[in-house]
Amino acid sequence: MTRYIIRRLAQAIGVLWAAYTVSFLVLYALPGDPARLIAGPDATDITPAQLDALRAEFGLDKPLIVQYFDRLVALVRGDLGQSIPTGRPVTELIGEALPSTIQIAALGLLLAIVFGTGLAILATFSRNAALGRLLLALPPLGVAVPGFWFALLLIQWFSFGIPLFPAVGNVGFAAAVLPAITLALPTGATIAQLLSKSLANTLREPYIDTVWAKGAGPARVHFRHALRNAALPALTVTGLIVGQLLSGTVVAETVFSRPGLGRVTATAVAQQDIPLVQGIVLFAAAVFVLTNLLVDLIYPILDPRIVIGRRRVARVQTGVPA
Amino acid sequence: MSSFHWGRTALLGTAFALTVALSACAGGSAGTGTTAGTDAEPAVGGDLTFALANDPISLNPSGTGSGNDTWYVTRQLVDSLLYQNPDTNELEPWLAKSWEANADATVFTFELRDDVTFSDGTPFTAADVKGTFDDIIAAGPKSQAVSSFVGYQETTVLDDYTVQVTFSTPNSAFPNSTSSVPLGIVGAATLAVPYDDRANGADVVGTGPFVLNTYTKDVETVLDRRDGYAWSPASRDLDGEAYLDSVTFPIVPEPAVRTGSLTSGQVDVIGGVQPVDVETLTASSFPLVSRGNPGVSFGEYFNLSRPIVADIAVREAIAHATNATEIRDTALNDEFNVGTSILAATTPGYADESDYFEFDPKTSAKLLDGAGWKLGDDGIREKDGTRLSLVVNWITNFGPNQTSLELLQQQLKDVGIELTLQGGDVPSFLEKQTSGDFDISWQNLSRADGDVLRTTFSSAAANTLRIDDPTLEALLQEQLATGDPAARADVLADAQERIASQYYQIPVHELTSILATQPDVGGVTLGADSRLDQLTGAWTAAE
Repeated sequence: MTRYIIRRLAQAIGVLWAAYTVSFLVLYALPGDPARLIAGPDATDITPAQLDALRAEFGLDKPLIVQYFDRLVALVRGDLGQSIPTGRPVTELIGEALPSTIQIAALGLLLAIVFGTGLAILATFSRNAALGRLLLALPPLGVAVPGFWFALLLIQWFSFGIPLFPAVGNVGFAAAVLPAITLALPTGATIAQLLSKSLANTLREPYIDTVWAKGAGPARVHFRHALRNAALPALTVTGLIVGQLLSGTVVAETVFSRPGLGRVTATAVAQQDIPLVQGIVLFAAAVFVLTNLLVDLIYPILDPRIVIGRRRVARVQTGVPA
Repeated sequence: MSSFHWGRTALLGTAFALTVALSACAGGSAGTGTTAGTDAEPAVGGDLTFALANDPISLNPSGTGSGNDTWYVTRQLVDSLLYQNPDTNELEPWLAKSWEANADATVFTFELRDDVTFSDGTPFTAADVKGTFDDIIAAGPKSQAVSSFVGYQETTVLDDYTVQVTFSTPNSAFPNSTSSVPLGIVGAATLAVPYDDRANGADVVGTGPFVLNTYTKDVETVLDRRDGYAWSPASRDLDGEAYLDSVTFPIVPEPAVRTGSLTSGQVDVIGGVQPVDVETLTASSFPLVSRGNPGVSFGEYFNLSRPIVADIAVREAIAHATNATEIRDTALNDEFNVGTSILAATTPGYADESDYFEFDPKTSAKLLDGAGWKLGDDGIREKDGTRLSLVVNWITNFGPNQTSLELLQQQLKDVGIELTLQGGDVPSFLEKQTSGDFDISWQNLSRADGDVLRTTFSSAAANTLRIDDPTLEALLQEQLATGDPAARADVLADAQERIASQYYQIPVHELTSILATQPDVGGVTLGADSRLDQLTGAWTAAE
């Protein structure tokens, strides 16, 4: 077990290094001179000497390969560098933005799980085939609806129309509700889609017939026996779901005028604040890696047949029992 | 991203138009002008909520923030040596009681008021002016203000209330520059803090009518009234403290949400009103505060290093094929002026050159025929196997740009000219400007002084248009070396005529800054730079 975790951590570091390298190549190959960006588009009277001084200050005058290793060494020390326009440490900017984002992401995830699972169960539970099909048609719609449009509708209805929630800001629980719903829509739809499919498969398994034959009611069949097996594929995509939530915050936080990681990302990209963009990419990669690690460690708890620490980890792709 | 915004905004604007039009009662037409609201008596006290699109990023007045939205806030914290009256465009005394320039505009002497204090209680003296200016020079390109100090030699403290600024080369634009926010005077307590550490505003000490209470990144900035403020510029007709107790600037990035926040009564004033929302707001009686931006107008700027547009006949043909009024009416609305000169009408020294730009496709076709461009089979002209096809470089950050340019594309196609639109964000636009990979640039620049002609067209500046015209260059340098304002205006008029007659630029439309307020808000005004003026006279009757 310990060896397994160490190996996984080494893999995680490899992934982070790859993320660093790729983001470095992409960001530093972008058109645009960072020094000119610091000076701003209206700065027509800046002398070349002044620009050189700026490049020197941010280490932009060194050869790319030197910059690559300089930044890598700093990264190992936990230093993500400085945001160009504000001069503040990237770690500080990300840390500051995080709590507000976690609030809506956590609430969004909760809503997504409750409604996604609820919809999947309801659809398979339903005796009426037409109703079941109708319910199963909802998740693809939820995935397809543009988050931006949905967020504006929410604001229009529940803030400007009926003043239930504030349209702007991050003060109090009420302000988190609409952004969380915005985040929950695509995520909940993904969960519902996966779960309803795997639940339907599981319910066709012979062991379910056995359970029925033993006289169990539909609730017991669904919750006690089928759901536990069917939940595994949904768990596998947790990393994907976390990624979805993170990227969803860009839209949710912009429309609802909340501070947070999504807003920091949008501003950083718009201003070509290269160190900050790279910091966010690395942070997202770290979250992704960590989530997948946790998921792999949780598998055996849900399904005792899965044993980790062997040469090959059994990655369960469907709910079909071995 | 911004053009994407535009589509979404247009969609939502339509939605709002419907809902608001249904709920709005038949109110009188909303007043439009530089002053908002009714003629009611100003109310004293209260908080004004003013929604802005962008986080200020840096509250250091001379630092680089997010442009207009930053200055809307920092304008409230600092005063300037001189005040440019938005009604007359004349410079008036402010922190300086009087000022004079020498004949060749290299030495400027300011007599300062002796009754002004900073918000930390220290008196305002000549040393603070010197400190502020020297600090900007030391910060270099990190400061937005450094462009105003080309040729700066030194600032000398002659006595406690007299200060002299000396340049090695003429800089007649300097007195005007002193009225801008980035050259606002900060106290010694600010200057003692390293430049990079001032962004959060905690150490920014000014003499303005408001002081910083709190700044929360991406959320809001709250300002409180400065007690004892008594040095407003005389022409503002306000001699004391601000009416408001406080001003809150929440950050609301999405234009449609700003509009909705105003119409649903959640905020008092919004900035950055999009052209598409103008009709909705006026139809439901929300007063607009608008003013044309001074500076160089939106239009076709030619890259003179490219062979096709290096020919003046082609440039003139494009001028007569461009129907600016149609573009204004389609992409924008009446709040925006059709361009009549390279300079916008609110710029000091503006001269009308519209005779050069008459819409007349027949003349246009004749000019192209004369220059050897013959119509090809596909309706696009050709000459010696070269198609009359031009690349337009433009920025997606202003929503209507795309509509404007698509219409222009059609207009020019009617006379056999093909345009390829190459849009991008600010960094990629700048990159193309630097590499010269364009025939026409669609751009503008807001600046409250005619010297913007020099920064745009001088071959000694960045010269992204690759112009080599000694006649124009001489005029651009002469205006900078003419201390007398009237004489300088004549030189600026000559420069505008030169640019128009050579068709270096074809003006299409001016930019307008638009705010919208609640009907019970008054005294919110735009300054001579068409950015928010100080809110000393602003009031709200709402509870």
